[in-house]
Amino acid sequence: MAVTAIRELGILIALAVVVAVTTIVNPLFLSGQGIRDLLLNACLVALLTVGQTMVVITRNVDLSVGSVLGLSAFVTADTFAVNPVLAVVVGIVVGALCGLFNGALVGLGKVPSLVVTLGTLSVFRGLDFMWAHGRQINAANLPDGFLALGSGSVLGIPYLVIITLIVLGIVALHLGSYRSGRELYAIGSNPEAAVLAGIPVGRRVFTTFLLSGTIAGLAGVLAVARYGTVDATVGNGLELQVISAVVVGGVAIFGGSGTVAGAALGALLLSTIGSALEVVHIAQFWQQAITGALLIGAIALDRSVALRVAARMRRQSRGVSA
Amino acid sequence: MEVALAEVSKSFGAVRALREVSLTLTPGRAHALLGENGAGKSTLIKVLAGVHRPDGGQLLVDGEPTRFASPADAKAAGVAVIYQEPTLFGDLSVAENVAMGRHPTRRGGMVDTAAMREQAELLFERLGVDIDPKRPARGLSIADQQLVEIAKALSSDARVIIMDEPTAALSGTEVARLFGVVGALREHGAAVLFVSHRIDEVFELCQDATVLRDGGFVWSGPLSEQTPDGVVRLMVGRDLDALFPKQDVEAGDTALEVRRLTREGVFTDVSFDVRAGEILALAGLVGAGRSEIARAVFGVDKPDGGEVLVRGKRIRPGSPGAAMAAGIGFVPEDRRQQGLVLAASIERNAALASLNRLSRLGFLRSSAERSLARDWAVKLQLKFSRLTDPVGVLSGGNQQKVVLAKWLSRQPKILIVDEPTRGIDVGTKAEVHRLLSELAAQGVAILMISSELPEVLGMADRVLVVREGRLVGEFSRAEADEERIVLAATGVAAG
Repeated sequence: MAVTAIRELGILIALAVVVAVTTIVNPLFLSGQGIRDLLLNACLVALLTVGQTMVVITRNVDLSVGSVLGLSAFVTADTFAVNPVLAVVVGIVVGALCGLFNGALVGLGKVPSLVVTLGTLSVFRGLDFMWAHGRQINAANLPDGFLALGSGSVLGIPYLVIITLIVLGIVALHLGSYRSGRELYAIGSNPEAAVLAGIPVGRRVFTTFLLSGTIAGLAGVLAVARYGTVDATVGNGLELQVISAVVVGGVAIFGGSGTVAGAALGALLLSTIGSALEVVHIAQFWQQAITGALLIGAIALDRSVALRVAARMRRQSRGVSA
Repeated sequence: MEVALAEVSKSFGAVRALREVSLTLTPGRAHALLGENGAGKSTLIKVLAGVHRPDGGQLLVDGEPTRFASPADAKAAGVAVIYQEPTLFGDLSVAENVAMGRHPTRRGGMVDTAAMREQAELLFERLGVDIDPKRPARGLSIADQQLVEIAKALSSDARVIIMDEPTAALSGTEVARLFGVVGALREHGAAVLFVSHRIDEVFELCQDATVLRDGGFVWSGPLSEQTPDGVVRLMVGRDLDALFPKQDVEAGDTALEVRRLTREGVFTDVSFDVRAGEILALAGLVGAGRSEIARAVFGVDKPDGGEVLVRGKRIRPGSPGAAMAAGIGFVPEDRRQQGLVLAASIERNAALASLNRLSRLGFLRSSAERSLARDWAVKLQLKFSRLTDPVGVLSGGNQQKVVLAKWLSRQPKILIVDEPTRGIDVGTKAEVHRLLSELAAQGVAILMISSELPEVLGMADRVLVVREGRLVGEFSRAEADEERIVLAATGVAAG
């Protein structure tokens, strides 16, 4: 607990530094509108990190989230012509079905998640292209009320941010304070011991993929509301941003530790760095380099902590046998 | 609750780990499970724990035939197991490790963290140990990990408690407290199954015992009918047969010298020599550090101190390449994982350690690879259909021959073999033994690790016994017998 809290504090400090430096260059960066933009830009990735965090905690990975978001977004936009409420429901259901497929193969079929979701990354994107058939759907085809969901706000807080925080809050509560959530940490920390402890490992892993897919479906619906224009490439490559954010946010890539709050902060940090670089007129490609550097830095930090602990453990066990 | 096994059998592939074993755990009594390494104790425990399903026979709970489909079923039925290897969740707090799967909850299903810590604190108090329930389990000493495991088992209010060598890592006072707690549990009507290699402990704690040997049932009954020496005899009492034809060879010069080799927390200050033509056996319990010593000699693991000399010349530590160049060959314990590439062909595997010699201008000549494999297949009487078949389809014994061919084709001066005949049928076993004996006669120095005492006694010119990472005994061929080795390996005072 203490270690993750320190990590979250570290991200907040990094965020403060980035914002402070950028604000000196351009005071508008920290205006009300500026902050709203920062949060809005981070929202979709942050939402995806919530599902991804659950998956990574169990020592798995879901590479298909970008494709699920894309497929859900297009199907949603297309269904608006029929019925707006139906469109939202269908988008989420599409995500859930994708998650169900991943979860069945990984959790019940025991196929490594890296392979399964690398496959479905392509499959779901392929379905998206088949469905879209080269079409593009524009804001003009969508109801204004729905588009307001993407840009509107209540008490100055954008709806998107509120929805993200609600999902985040529910998942954080589940992971932190419910038995089935705590068991996900046990599974990622020591899968064999989890089986011996009587935890239904396959079923729990299945459920995390189902939830990750469902959340990606919801993110697809929100992507339509936010951008208004949808084609078959929406969310392309997003999975790498999501995984970067999760790792930077302190979720151990080999499972067992990390929080959704940390991961969402990781998403906010990465997207804020992106915006900041634009404000101070640094070329776009630096953003990728910095994301990469942060990622490696975060992993190096985790690794050095793990090595120190291992060394301490060996010394202690020697103390016992001596 | 009374739990019993009735003529239970369990096989893994061709290996029969348990053969028609019966045992009854009675409420209020502690039952010892005894046997050498590989006698089937762990398999029996895993049947009781719901990890393995028996192939034959029945599991009876209060006389009713029962099937545990998973560890969860066994837990629900009131069986708690403390495994030899701690099964903790390093990332989670100690309190949560104790509570995992049965977290105390408040109304609405939320985990009650305060109650969880309190529960752990109470258990530690009962055990008389001082572990902070809030700290993560990672970094705990082995002894503390074992104590957390014990707390875990106690927390579930189990009616049957199985302890697989719980005292191996504990100090004297901790053992005494554990025994106090076990005594209290028995008085409350729990049945206890206790596995230990410390015979004196068994007599102190248990009322009944069951002895297994090679997966088979040997004896079961009240311990009051037995003496410690009698139990050891039951554990090892096999007739030595003429299966192991080690020829007497005049030992030559010292081929391998190991000087004060140390790897922190694994083994300490290990020194020995092996001479040309000699077979030196390392005996001891599983986990005593024998395989780890062999791995460090060959350079798979880097030692923290000490040195290895081949014919007087020091070899670079931590480098299998240097060990190979100096003429050492290594047949590892786990041939499927470490000795072979299972999906690759027989000829590929046989040639794997000789690729430099078989290559020209950096290209591997497959004709050379094939002829090497064919030569050795004939010499070792390998049974196969085609040399291009994947090695994974061969039987265990024939797989081991391929591993041997891989090293023998390099004509090593020193051969390290770790459990050379584990899981191999009797006929092939004798062939492997004859082969090792012939190699020694040709002047190869052999370092053999074996958990099978008859093999050690039949093959070795000299026996070193390892206990808890240290050499604790040396016996010449004339001095070595089963009781002496078992006593040295378990640390029971002779007499």
